[in-house]
Formats: sequence, structure tokens, C-alpha cells
Amino acid sequence: MNNAPFRLYDATLTSRLLVGTAQYSSPAVLAAAIKASGAEVVTVSLRRESGGNRAGESFWSLIRKLGVRVLPNTAGCRSVKEAVATAQMAREVFATSWIKLEVIADDDLLQPDVFGLVEAAAILSREGFQVFPYTSEDLVVAERLIGAGCEVLMPWAAPIGSARGLNNVFGLQALRKHFPAVPLIIDAGIGTPAHAAAAMELGYDGVLLNTAIAKAGDPVAMAKAFALALEAGRLAYCAEPIPPRDMAEPSTPQIGRAFIDLPRRA
Amino acid sequence: MLVQVNGKELEVRAPTLSALLDELGYEETVVATALNECFVRAVDRTATPLKSGDAVEILVPRQGG
Repeated sequence: MNNAPFRLYDATLTSRLLVGTAQYSSPAVLAAAIKASGAEVVTVSLRRESGGNRAGESFWSLIRKLGVRVLPNTAGCRSVKEAVATAQMAREVFATSWIKLEVIADDDLLQPDVFGLVEAAAILSREGFQVFPYTSEDLVVAERLIGAGCEVLMPWAAPIGSARGLNNVFGLQALRKHFPAVPLIIDAGIGTPAHAAAAMELGYDGVLLNTAIAKAGDPVAMAKAFALALEAGRLAYCAEPIPPRDMAEPSTPQIGRAFIDLPRRA
Repeated sequence: MLVQVNGKELEVRAPTLSALLDELGYEETVVATALNECFVRAVDRTATPLKSGDAVEILVPRQGG
């Protein structure tokens, strides 16, 4: 068993599931889904107040009551300058040095701008942030992010909100093998608990997702399903799965089978 | 003077960022601020003057993925 504690920077966590707080049908459903997920970390953002109804205040009050850690994001930022300023604002409002760093390159795939990401990660690390970069599975980019001060990497499984699961299993496996000691969290593209379990079976340390729970027909049940899938996937990884074979191999012993020594008839 | 607040042009009287938050009714609300795309810490708002044409961002905690 290789079941080391789940550490992200200064935190030791029990749950390996991190969940987003967006797109829920109501604050009550959001709160119930977070509780059902068992997540100890939730992602949040900073946005302009709209409509003068102080929605930001009531949201923040709800999250604080849940007693979870927050991981603020820089979602939607298109430049290093925007991402750095957003991170600085988030640190003040949410009173945490954690930042889920997103520098987005394009609208179709919401692909990370890995060049801007590395630059922003270096600036923020120097300023004392604990950076969780939303990145691709590219090994070279991962090396640069670690060089920039990141102690956690968050490669995508597939484009944000696409629910396609692990698009590049080989690449994700290579990343895991290349960085055996770096906490790796799959962030984005997960659609079903099976996808999350598959990520955990590869040896990933955790999974961050939002849409797959929030937009499910029953978000609370789906949150529970993801919690169970992560637990099963982690347990399976630690139990060392057998490798796949190309040909069949009987599981019932051949020795002692009746009629084994009789000539085969056509 | 005319300043941009969260992307909208507003005629305001506040001479500082801190006064602007008061003028717009944000006194007790937890907000983050930026002036011309640069973060301004809460403790620095009183000493941050506004001038015509400035772009101010006032952000609040919201849902995120």
C-alpha cells in the first residue's frame, strides 16, 4: 500500500475530491452537494457585483458556514497582468495564499496559455502565493511550473465543462511517472465518477471538478457518487492493479479438470 | 468627475478610492479593489486619489469552478 497522506502545500486533507461552487440551481443545493461530496476544499472566484442584491456577501457567508478551505481562482484571465492582479485581490478577500492559477488562451477549448501561466506562477510564487496551476499534461511545461515555485500541478483531463474524461491517458500516465512525488490533481473535463476513478487508478492524488456535479440531474447524489469513485480509485491504485494482457488467461485452475486427458473430439 | 466603475462610466464626487466605496454604498461589504488594472490593498484605499478617466474594479466573492 502506498497510501501516503494527501498534502497540498501546508494542508493535510482527508478527502481527495475538490469541488467548484458554480452553476448550482440554488445555494441550498450547493451546500448539500458540498456536504455530500465530503470535499474539504472548494473553489471560488471574484466577480463584479451585479444587480445591487449583495449576492456576493450571501455566497461568502454560506461558504464560511460550511467550514471548508477555499481555493480562489483566476478564471477567465487572459493575461499575466490580469491573473496576477486577480490573485492579489483574492488573497486579500479570502485570506488565503492559495490560488488556482488560470491563464486562458482561447475560447473554443479554454486551453491554458502555458507561457503566461509559467510567467504568472513565478511572479506569484515570489510574492508568497501557493500556486495551483491549471495546466496541460505537457511534461516540459510541468518542469517549468515546478521551477517557477509550484508544488502542486493541476493538469486538465479534457477541456473545461466538456465531460469527456481522460483525453490523453498516456500523457497523464507519463506525467504521473515523471513526477512521482509532486501532488497531481486532475482539473477539468471530468464527466462521470468512472472518469474520476480512472484518474485515481493512474495514481493521481486528487480530482477537482464542478460541472459534473452541479449540472447533474441530482447534484447531491452525484456528489456522493464522486466521493465513492475517488475512494474506490485510490484504494485500487494502492492495491496495485494487474496489468492488461492481450490474450485470455484462465482464472480457474486447469489442474484436476475432468476429461483433461481424453482425446479431443471434433 | 467621470470614472469607470466595473466597466460603467459614472459621475462621482469621491476624491479617493475609499471615498468612492462609501459613495457607492459598499461601506461594510467585503470587496477587493483595483485601479487601472493594478490591485489596491484595502489599507491603501484612503491614500489612493481618483482622477477623471480612471478605471476602478470593485470585486466580491462569487461562485467559481
